[in-house]
Amino acid sequence: MIIEIGHFALALALVVALIQSVVPLVGASRNNAAWMAVASPAALVQLALILTAFATLIHAFLVSDFSVTLAYQHSHTAKPLLYKISGVWGNHEGSLVLWVSILAIFGASVAVFGGNLPPALRARALAVQGMIGVGFLAFLLFTSNPFLRILPAPEEGMGLNPALQDPGLAMHPPILYMGYVGFSMAFSFAVAALIEGRVDAAWARWVRPWTLAAWMFLTTGIGLGSWWAYYTLGWGGWWYWDPVENASFIPWLTGTALLHSAIVVEKREALKSWTILLAIITFSLALLGTFIVRSGLLTSVHSFASDPTRGIFILVLLAVAIGGSLILYAVRAPQMEGGGLFAPISREGGLLINNLLLSTAAATVLLGTLYPLFTEVLSENKISVGPPYFNGVFVPLMIPLIIVMAIGPRLAWKRGDLAGALSRLKFAAAAAVAMGAVSLLINGVRAVDIAGAGGLAMAAWLAVASLSEWVDRVKITRAGTWQRISNLPRSAHGMTMAHIGMAVLIAGVSGAAAWKQERIQTQSPGQTVEIAGYTMAFSGVNMVKGPNYDAGQATIVVSRNGREIATLHPELRSYKQPPQQTTFTSIHTTFFADLYVAIGEAQGAEGAFVTRYYYQPLVPFLWYGVLLMALGGLVSLTDRKHRVGAPRRAAPTVTASVPQTAAAE
Amino acid sequence: MKTFAILIAALCVSAPAWAVEPQEMLKDPALEVRARAISKELRCVQCQNETIDESGAQIARDMRILVRERLQAGENDDQIIAYMVSRYGDYVRLRPRFMNSTLALWIGPFVILLAGGFVVASRLRKGGKNPDPLTPEEQATIASLIEHGERTP
Amino acid sequence: MSGQDASQATPLVRRWPYLLPLVLILALGGVFTKRLVDVEQGLNPNVIPTVLLDTPLPSFDLAPLPGRGTSLKSDDLKGEVSLINVWGSWCIACLVEHPVLLDIAASGEVPIHGIAWRDEPDRSLAWLAERGDPYAKIGQDPRSKAAIAFGVVAAPETFLVDKQGIIRYKQTGPITAEDWRNKIKPLIEQLKK
Repeated sequence: MIIEIGHFALALALVVALIQSVVPLVGASRNNAAWMAVASPAALVQLALILTAFATLIHAFLVSDFSVTLAYQHSHTAKPLLYKISGVWGNHEGSLVLWVSILAIFGASVAVFGGNLPPALRARALAVQGMIGVGFLAFLLFTSNPFLRILPAPEEGMGLNPALQDPGLAMHPPILYMGYVGFSMAFSFAVAALIEGRVDAAWARWVRPWTLAAWMFLTTGIGLGSWWAYYTLGWGGWWYWDPVENASFIPWLTGTALLHSAIVVEKREALKSWTILLAIITFSLALLGTFIVRSGLLTSVHSFASDPTRGIFILVLLAVAIGGSLILYAVRAPQMEGGGLFAPISREGGLLINNLLLSTAAATVLLGTLYPLFTEVLSENKISVGPPYFNGVFVPLMIPLIIVMAIGPRLAWKRGDLAGALSRLKFAAAAAVAMGAVSLLINGVRAVDIAGAGGLAMAAWLAVASLSEWVDRVKITRAGTWQRISNLPRSAHGMTMAHIGMAVLIAGVSGAAAWKQERIQTQSPGQTVEIAGYTMAFSGVNMVKGPNYDAGQATIVVSRNGREIATLHPELRSYKQPPQQTTFTSIHTTFFADLYVAIGEAQGAEGAFVTRYYYQPLVPFLWYGVLLMALGGLVSLTDRKHRVGAPRRAAPTVTASVPQTAAAE
Repeated sequence: MKTFAILIAALCVSAPAWAVEPQEMLKDPALEVRARAISKELRCVQCQNETIDESGAQIARDMRILVRERLQAGENDDQIIAYMVSRYGDYVRLRPRFMNSTLALWIGPFVILLAGGFVVASRLRKGGKNPDPLTPEEQATIASLIEHGERTP
Repeated sequence: MSGQDASQATPLVRRWPYLLPLVLILALGGVFTKRLVDVEQGLNPNVIPTVLLDTPLPSFDLAPLPGRGTSLKSDDLKGEVSLINVWGSWCIACLVEHPVLLDIAASGEVPIHGIAWRDEPDRSLAWLAERGDPYAKIGQDPRSKAAIAFGVVAAPETFLVDKQGIIRYKQTGPITAEDWRNKIKPLIEQLKK
């Protein structure tokens, strides 16, 4: 009975979404306040209904109600509680319910926090949000119904793929979707602005906090996915350029561009139509990212089972959402140009180059991801585009980006002083040279060492440049520093953190790519293996019992210079339902490097096993970097001017050109 | 056909992912390094989107062994990759060849960058001649800064 | 709608850049649609099309199963039309195909040679003893040398070879009775002429 309530609630949510997408829009065009006012309560009711539906599904999984087909197919009574819950979204239908829930949460938060928005803009944005809801609720109800029953109910469920039974992966989809779906806000505001025919600084200031929130979640989500791949897949890779990874990375790139171009709209009322386009494109790419792998268009290791009827529905949905908004764009955008003029060497100029490089990078990754599909459809030629391509074209685009990232924040708006900016970057340049030289001295001069040293030099350049810019700004050597630190807008601190996070990430990428070491061997109990100055002593494998698996657990003692440092227990797990084997790696982290250990199959009767040891220098920096970037986003988000809906349209241009604020950004 | 696809999928998922195994590895470290590098250029034909170096599929393992045998027989890296391509087509090559059908793939990024750079440059030229004059507030700030002898970053 | 007049006043030349994203998206949509239609009409996106059609057989010399005739050599295959079937006792889809192979063998239209792929000889023999043996010659391929030379991805796969030893057709996955009747048999009759 409960699950039927969920089904009914979801159907009602579709009706409410329909109302939300039509009535406020008509109200806004007729200037009818009562009709416009429908939007907010509709968004709240829609959220309540969708959460009800979601709750009934979670309930079915929690109590193991296997008369619900979805729970039967993806759950099991012996599963730990966390994975019963995460099992709800570990499949196509359930993940869609999660998707529409998050969409509704964002819609409802505009209703709650958007009190200061002009009523027409709010009504239109919520109407667009409602339309997206209609599309995906219909998709859910008509092609992917999660509330189906099987009778008689089976005794036991089929279980969840063990690869998905992991805390990192349990949290990955909700956070990633918060990012993807968060960009729907920028999209809705962009479409609303196109309908209104008006974009100004106030608009940019309303859009930025949503974009920032979405960006922060997407950054965390991608980082989490990468971290999961790193510690589960058993050979220490962390990025594979797989279509699913690319699908989340492309909107991240355009979303980052959007974040920066919106600053230009906010401060200078320039780049308006470009920013609108980025908002549309970013959400379109997020849609493409969530759904293309479900349509059977692209295949990937991670994808859910695909189905052509769903594929056609998705394609129509994407065509309406993306095509519709781009038609509106083609009609309305030409009138939005104009705005402030600026010299090539200026803050705006720097941000424009940032946008050029990020957009090119996004287009490149998209091209590489879809290219095999193009050749196959157009010439029936099957080719692959793999990591060698992506690394080869992506890295050269990042180098100028990092150089500009250091210079841009030092340039003034309208007309900057390049010589002055460069002269204040001498410490950064010195740090880069020193870092590169030290790296070459320590590691040698093979091709990989030179590439690695180059990467570290870039990281040092960016980190020192970002930090010194912050130091100059708070004039740390003079009295009253604390006062200046707290007077500085939070968004300035956020930017510094995020840029330093990027530097740390680059250091991680360089180290992992250049100096990873591995030892793969058959090891008998009592034997030791040396790797990167560590001694790995293997003392055999014991059987241990997990909640829903049996495991062979190895004991490996790590020592350095005769001193014991850590004991690692990698496992080889055999899950019972479904019957599958997985590896469970064990990692010892120093601040600078990971010692990464996995075991393979038994070799002979003497207790020997295949052991895999990886020394991964600077890999922890990947996670620190992602964390810093996300935290930077969070700090920016707490900036007073980003408090959702805080700005009023009354006096946007005046505040935008006050120099203190301008210099702060 | 459908059951066949499902079977392939099942094979890929149920085997635990074992990449290179110690028995496969060559004694000669220089050859082994080359073998690993070649393996990272070749795609596992059975599973989706994995190099044969990372893949746990049987066929990937046999391909890795074949790569090593051919290395020991004295073939160079390009010959070995060319052999695999002659058997499985360009599909196994993770670094697409530069040919007519991949022209857009390889020059695409440069074309996009140049076209974008052209648009950006024309936009910057427009503002370069006379950017917006400073507002009175900005002029006031500059005046006060000059007076106090310091610069905002 | 403040800017309506301005938008109508904008000449088309200045507007085309704003149409570009739409044009690109439509092109992309076209590619996606064609792909979905292809898949709907039976294209299996997981099959890698062989590049070996109309090329000579790879050369191989595979040891026979113990007690079962002579070795399977590529050179010996010239001079007659034949089928080469890659199979293994571990292969589930091969069970589906097996009765069809037995029927083809019984019809006497074409000899079927087997490549026992990645298998133990005892298991191959036991499998055949239990289910019947449609093969003329069988060669063992324990380390996938021949399988890779044939560009095999997963068993079963079958190649049709003409009198000159040129590969003329490849079947990925089990041969069904329909495939035999509608595709392979007519092709063999043509090649025999």
